[in-house]
Amino acid sequence: MFQGMLIYGLINSVILALVTLGFNLTFGISGVANFAHGGLYILAGYTIWILFNLLKIPYLVAVVLSILLTAFIGGLMYRFILLRLRGLTNSEVIASLAVGVIILEMFRFAGFIGFEYTLPVFISGSVPIGETLVDAQRLFIVGIGMALAIFLWIFTHHTKTGLAFRGIAQEERTALVLGINSDKMATLSMAFGAGLAAIAAVVILPLGIIAGEGGYTVLLNAVAVCIVGGLGSPGGVVVASFIIGYAQTFTATYLGSHWTMIVSLLAIILILVIKPSGLYGKQKEIEEKV
Amino acid sequence: MKTDAGTKYRKERIDRGIKARAEDIFALSSLQEMLYLLAPRAILVLGLLILPLYLGMYGKKVLINTAIFALLAMSWDFLFSVGMVSLGQALFFGVGAYIAGILHDSLKWSPLLTIPIATLGGGVICSVLLAPILRLRGVYFAMVTLALPLMFVRIIEATRIFGGTEGIHGLTSLPSVWFELYLSLAMVIAVLFFFRRLINTDYGLVLSGIRDNDQSVLRSGINIYWYKMQAVFMASAIGAFAGAFMTHAYMFVGMPAFELDYSILPIAAGVVGGTGTFAGSMLGAFILVTLSEILRGVGGVRIVFYSVLLVIFIVVVPEGIFHYLQRKYHQFERWVKVEE
Repeated sequence: MFQGMLIYGLINSVILALVTLGFNLTFGISGVANFAHGGLYILAGYTIWILFNLLKIPYLVAVVLSILLTAFIGGLMYRFILLRLRGLTNSEVIASLAVGVIILEMFRFAGFIGFEYTLPVFISGSVPIGETLVDAQRLFIVGIGMALAIFLWIFTHHTKTGLAFRGIAQEERTALVLGINSDKMATLSMAFGAGLAAIAAVVILPLGIIAGEGGYTVLLNAVAVCIVGGLGSPGGVVVASFIIGYAQTFTATYLGSHWTMIVSLLAIILILVIKPSGLYGKQKEIEEKV
Repeated sequence: MKTDAGTKYRKERIDRGIKARAEDIFALSSLQEMLYLLAPRAILVLGLLILPLYLGMYGKKVLINTAIFALLAMSWDFLFSVGMVSLGQALFFGVGAYIAGILHDSLKWSPLLTIPIATLGGGVICSVLLAPILRLRGVYFAMVTLALPLMFVRIIEATRIFGGTEGIHGLTSLPSVWFELYLSLAMVIAVLFFFRRLINTDYGLVLSGIRDNDQSVLRSGINIYWYKMQAVFMASAIGAFAGAFMTHAYMFVGMPAFELDYSILPIAAGVVGGTGTFAGSMLGAFILVTLSEILRGVGGVRIVFYSVLLVIFIVVVPEGIFHYLQRKYHQFERWVKVEE
């Protein structure tokens, strides 16, 4: 029982980290809190479903197409809406939330509600770990999560685009002087964030059904992990998703799954009272926040 | 630019001379000028009071709905004027609605008692709930306010308190539809003029200062958190009134009170109408609710429709409709010869 909880807590934490990576990347680089994150996540899920079930495209191709499409839509959203609002934080928040709501509610309106909206798992079967039986898809999620985290670290430290990303995040004007086009990089970072949301959707959604409510939950979880970890800090995301992930799993086991949402909110409030900048937030972020 | 018989003309815009110094300070010297200032306000108030006489039952219900959304929109606008972006007006609405519903259901108090209690109680509860996050600005505040109403829905679902997913049915309605109508309209007018007056007083100046640069207000020895708390209390009390009122108008309270509609529409109304003047967000609510009634046949896409308008306006017309109208009203336009 306890061992099972440890394992499922780990899986839950990786799921949270996966969902948050994209949100955190976009925020860290372009400073836009992308409230359409949950919308993009669900968009990716429904796109795969449509491509796979209605257009009969092979599953793996559908997955790749939907990740590319979601990233493209993220980029478009930045280029045509958010770019015009740069610097107006409040407008950015409102506009991106509106885009997210449009995506989620359009699918609901178009009748995409029900138990048939599921994605097939990549690997079926289950693996016994100790006394607990864990299905292979969940282990796959852990693998993908770790792989993505390592990939992102290498990407932001050893590629030209990744270094440019960090450049505009740290000091935009200096980056401009060095010939980095900050608008282009911000658009790319949004596309990357959307793509990461899509990847998260691809591996996580097969565990349940695709539904609009899931989009809001994803957004809230991402927000909670980001605030607790310190916005824009990759290390903070990992630590915070483990804290919240295990807290959620324990709560779900002892109190019932309805209470898991409240864990995120309590975590936000607690961290704000104890350390407003988040676990790994820096001084700079305190000024922005408080 | 236009050309008439070989002479070129250009359009010249001039501000009316009675405006002195600032946006809202006028130097009045004649009856005509007083009328000029009084006319928009008088037309609004009289219009709102007379309009219901010409409406059928359906029109009256729509007008009540509109008034409620206008209240929520003005409450959103007020928070926005203090620099707090609330993405969860549904929290205020829902808390007010549930307080009125519970008091009425368990203690059988009359609506005339439950609505004022819910207004004040909702204000207090929401202020306490938001107190820990008042230290946050912009994005961070917005994130948490978005989460709170959703959280309430989950709590009610999980614990099955307050009627659970069923809600509380069979509440008493207000005495008559006329009473409902004029109560809501009177509230809209009162809130509109109260906020417009308040934001121009010294107290309102501090609030605007917090929006523009809270650090410098803080350094002038003013406790900005206390001021923010008061602003949240006022905004949430108005939201709670709207909720309590709707509980009795629908004779039902349930989880829909925390629905996203109540969060998105006020934001859309504020953005479409124009923020900061309160008349703008009220106008926005009137436009949006009327439009969505016209589009009723389309069904559940209402919220998509609001969101699309929201995106279009925030990108293309960021100042909003009201600021445009106001500018036009305060300006002459005339054609003058272009000197070559």
